[in-house]
Order: sequence, then structure tokens, then C-alpha cells
Amino acid sequence: MARMTMREAISRALWEEMERDESVFIMGEEVGVWGGTYAVTKGFYDHFGPDRVKDTPIAETAIVGGAIGAALTGLRPVAELMTINFAFVAMDHIVNEAAKLHYMFAGQFKLPLVIRATSGGGRQLGATHSQTPDAIFAHFPGLKVVSPGTPADAKGLLKSAIRSDDPVLFIENATLYQVKGEVPEDKDYLEPLGKSKVQREGDDVTIVAYSKMVQAALQAADMLAEDGIEAEVVDLRSLRPLDMDPVIASFKRTNRAVVAEEGWRSFGVGSEVSARIYELAFDYVDAPVKRVAQAEVPLPYNADLEQLALPQVEDIYLAAKEVVYG
Amino acid sequence: MDKKDYLSLYQEMVVIRRIEERSAELYQRGKIGGFLHLYIGQEAVCAGIGSVRQAQDRIITAYRDHGWAISAGIDPKIVMAELLGKQDGCSRGKGGSMHMADVDLNFWGGHAIVGAHIPIAAGLALGDVYQKNDEAVTICMFGDGATNIGFFHEGLNLSKVWNLPVLWVCENNQYGMGTSVGRASAVSEIRQKAEGYGMRNERIEGMDVMNVRKDVSRVLDTIRKEGGPYLLEIMTYRYRGHSMGDPERYRAKEEVKKWEEEDPIGIFRRYLVAEKIATEAELDTQDDEAEKITEEAVQFAEASPNPGKDELFEHIYVEPTPIEYRGYKLEKESEEN
Ligand SMILES: Cc1ncc(C[n+]2csc(CCOP(=O)(O)OP(=O)(O)O)c2C)c(N)n1
Ligand SMILES: [Mg+2]
Repeated sequence: MARMTMREAISRALWEEMERDESVFIMGEEVGVWGGTYAVTKGFYDHFGPDRVKDTPIAETAIVGGAIGAALTGLRPVAELMTINFAFVAMDHIVNEAAKLHYMFAGQFKLPLVIRATSGGGRQLGATHSQTPDAIFAHFPGLKVVSPGTPADAKGLLKSAIRSDDPVLFIENATLYQVKGEVPEDKDYLEPLGKSKVQREGDDVTIVAYSKMVQAALQAADMLAEDGIEAEVVDLRSLRPLDMDPVIASFKRTNRAVVAEEGWRSFGVGSEVSARIYELAFDYVDAPVKRVAQAEVPLPYNADLEQLALPQVEDIYLAAKEVVYG
Repeated sequence: MDKKDYLSLYQEMVVIRRIEERSAELYQRGKIGGFLHLYIGQEAVCAGIGSVRQAQDRIITAYRDHGWAISAGIDPKIVMAELLGKQDGCSRGKGGSMHMADVDLNFWGGHAIVGAHIPIAAGLALGDVYQKNDEAVTICMFGDGATNIGFFHEGLNLSKVWNLPVLWVCENNQYGMGTSVGRASAVSEIRQKAEGYGMRNERIEGMDVMNVRKDVSRVLDTIRKEGGPYLLEIMTYRYRGHSMGDPERYRAKEEVKKWEEEDPIGIFRRYLVAEKIATEAELDTQDDEAEKITEEAVQFAEASPNPGKDELFEHIYVEPTPIEYRGYKLEKESEEN
């Protein structure tokens, strides 16, 4: 184990997989000479060279489309979208091509492709640059959608994504890059895709979260503990496939749940998770499931307004108390 | 142009420079957040175009928009208030650095998705043609990097097949973030891309405001007379990093220095003195005046209130529409009331 930031964990995963397998390469805007706009690929260009760390023009369609083509020939591209907001430019290639080619041609096409992108708000970047549209991508069968909440998971999940033969959208939260944690150093340390994980145990209330909201949920759980409420935090880690088993197992003990996500509430992750709780554990419901999410406005630039719109630790804390005490 | 016009054009360029310099300071002090793309070095382009365009001409640009906002006529106070996210900003603090606009001045923004505004510009011109605003030209700015994205090609093609009155302006500052034109574009002269669409095009120098004025007014006349689009590639340079916190590993300090010797403000100043349009002393007075305007803008912006909570839910729709979700806390508050 080594203590490192989320940024280092992601960087390590990429580095190790590139060392391990020649067919892995990176393409995206400013990934090379600049070293990645979030410094995730710092040093890669000098070490692996321009053929494996490819700076692209500003052309998201060509980045994702080109990576799909390269993946079809057996390479394992890691295509980087500077932020998930630019994924809309490449939307056809993500949802109409990457998510469908394997199925539509009855298994003839294989896409061992990873698309990395940062998601989330809170940095005063304004409405077009601050979105958390993760749930949209999870809507499409054929695409795997992964989004880690801890450094260890970031490393293990990204390595699995790169080794996977399916297209994976790997969503990172830019405000988590500095978060530190213990990370296994084993070069074959893998975390399974499509498996949720209990990040904190507790018997009183289940808090379901992923990505940044896992960190928020853990903080809320500490606050709840001071009030004598033990929260269990279940980290979805993957939105598709969505693994409900740990959620349901937890819910059957706690009978109460809060689902927290950074994106908008309507048609979101909380909608899906709470519906499945009602479907799978209706007899265990002691209180309506609460959803904590972003106010449904395009995010403003002004810092106070932006924070007002974003879900906060305190919101999760209050929602959990509400489901516990009614 | 009479003497007054020359002096005010000079002053405008200095104001744009000072506003940017003050913004950089305010960013360091945490008063401005998010991205901040400074226009320093490129002033001759917006000042030149701003001074020859007519009121009916629509202006639309990308996120490097503070200079454009000022040259379009937005008061520097209002620009600064937007940078600080305040109520008196042109977007009421909701847009920030990258999203300034004033429709009354025919300034259609500041757009932050690279190239996305390019097809929109074609649409603005379509609106003018459709409504027989015969004298109007849409002037659309974008960077060299933006000419590699699909939006650019679709927008240019559409403007040509529909013969739309658009002046496409590529502000070629030679880098898209850290990627030089040579590393990102198949052709070294951006203007060549217009050839593929059978569009009139030209590459011009952009550090001398008088040169920009001359070429742009000629091209605007051509568009007004003959209709249809025209692409101008204007050669320029940004002196600062792409945004704040750019490590600038992609270019040599000497290169920046070389271009700083071509400073558009210095060039214009030397011209005004050499042509005996103004004396050094008169220009110094303009510098002082620009300093004052900038200081007043900062004071105004600092004193401007923060937008209130309700502003968060204003302007989601034109028509009265229920708000789906106000966030956990505000939902609770309204439930309790
Ligand atoms: C679709 C999209 N992709 C990437 C970005 C990130 N980005 C913002 S500015 C920029 C560089 C643009 O360069 P250029 O068009 O030359 O304009 P300049 O910044 O030089 O004015 C990039 C890559 C973005 N905003 N939108
Ligand atoms: Mg550029």
C-alpha cells in the first residue's frame, strides 16, 4: 500500500498498463506536451513518446471516432476528453457507435476502448463546463460507465477498464484529484467493473453514492455518528452495469436510504436506484427513499449561487436524519 | 477619423489591456474564479474590427471575450462586475469570464465550447437575410484551434451554400492551448480551409490596428455589396498563458519576447506620434485616463452586490415554468413554509 492522491492513482494505473501492454496508447487534447490539463499524464510524453501519447486537434468527434477505429484493429486506446461536457460533441460516436457495434454486428466487432473524462461542477466554470451528465451515458446498453470515489478504486477500476474488451466511459471528478488514500501497489491490482462496494458499515441508514458524493457521504456519516446514527455508505462505482446487491443487502438491514448524486435529480441515478429499491425490497421500506441532487438549473458562475445549487455534505446529513426520524 | 477618434481608439486598447492585467491580479487574490482567458497581445484585432463595424453588424466570439465585450461597447464596469460574478455584470454574475453578452449592442457573446458558436453565427446571418436586414453582416471570431473541429466546417459550408453575409474571423494566435497550428492543422494557413468551400479568403497582419481597420472595412464593404461569406485569417499572438495557471511548456520565452516587441499598443502609439496625430504627452494623458477607468471599474465591481438566491432560478425558461427541484435545502425550506 502507498498513500497517494486520486490524480497519482489514475496516473499510475495508466502508466502501469502502458508498460504492461504495447497496444495501450493515449490520445486526446493536451495529453502530451502539456502533460494533461489536470496533469494526469505529466511525464508520459517524455517516457512513452509521441506515438503512444498522442496530442490531437480540438476535435472530439475525431478523438472518439478515431479511438473506436483503432480499438477495432485490436489496439487499446485510452481516449481522453478534457471534460465530459465535450462528450456531447462526440455523442454520436459514444452512444451510436461505441455502444452498439458489438451487438449490431453480432459480436464481430470488439472495442477494447476507454474514454476518460472529468465530470462535475464547483469550480466556477459556468453552465457549459460544470455539468454532471453521467446518468445520460448510463442510459445506453452496450456502454460501461465507471466512476470511482476513492484513489484505490480509481486505480483498480481504470486498470480493469483498460483490460476490458468492452467500451468503458471512465468518469473522474476534477475536485477529487487531490483526495488522498491508501492504494495497493501490486501491478495486477484490479477492481471489478460493475460491482458496488460498501465503503463504510452501519446499521441505521444506507447512503448510496458514487464519485464525489462518496466522499461527501463519508463525511455526512461521521456527522451522523456524532448523533448516534450509524450510516452504511454503498459506493456504486459503476453506473452500468449497476450492481444493486450490496445496496439491497444493506437496505434490508437499515430499511432506510438516501441516494446522493452530483447531477440533476430528474431521470438521474437516484431515480434509478430508488426505483430498484422499491422493486427489490418493497417489504423492507420503513421510510420513503430520499434523493439528494443538484438543483435543476444550468450551473451559474457566481460561487455562492453555484454552491447553493450543488448538493452538499449537510444535505446528505439532513436527508439521512429525515429518513431515520421521519 | 478625426483626432478624437484616434485618441479614443488608443484609449480603448489601453483600457482593454489594463482590465486584463487587473483581472489577472484579482484572479490571484481569489476574487475571480473559474477560467480566465486573457486577450493581452490581441487588442488590435478587436479594437480594429470594433471601430469599423456598424451598429447593425452582429458580433459573436469564443470565451476569450473581455476585449470583444469592451470594443462592442459594454462599459468596463459591467465587464468587471461580470468577472467578479456580481449582480451588475452583463450576465448578472451567472456567465462569468467566458459568457459575456449584450444583445442591445449586437454583441452575441462569449461562447465556451470550442467552435460551437460558428454554426450559430451562420444562423444569425440567416436571420438577417430572412428579415431583409440588407446592410447587416455577422462578424464571427474563433481561434486557430477551433478550425479543426467539425462545427467550423459545417458552419462555413452552410454559409457558402446559403450565401450568408458572414465575416469569418480566425484570430490566429498560433496556439490552441499548448498545440501549435503546425501540430493540429493539416494546412499551415488557416485561410486555405476556406478554399475548400469556394469562399473568398485572405490572411492579414493583426498587430497593427490601422492595418486591421483598413482590411476589415474593405472586406465588410465587399460583403455588403456582393453578399455571401468571406474568411479573414488575422495573425496575432497572446502574450499570456492560455488561461491562468498555464505552465507554458509548449513555447520558448524568446518567442513570446519577440512578439512583445510587436506590441499592438506600442505600434499604434508610434504611428500616432510619427504621423503627428498626437503627442507623447497627449497619449500619456490617455494612459492615465485608461488607468482611471480601470480603477473605477474595479471599485464599481467590488461594490456591486452578489446576485440574490432567486437569481439562481431566473431565466431557466422564458415562460413561467415550474422548477423541478431546488436542491435539498431549498426544497425543505419551501416545504416548511
Ligand atoms: C469542444 C471543446 N473542446 C475542448 C475545449 C477546451 N478548450 C478550451 S479553449 C481550447 C483551445 C482553443 O484554441 P483556439 O481556438 O486557438 O483559441 P485561443 O484559445 O487561442 O483563443 C480548448 C482545447 C472546449 N472548450 N470545447
Ligand atoms: Mg489560438
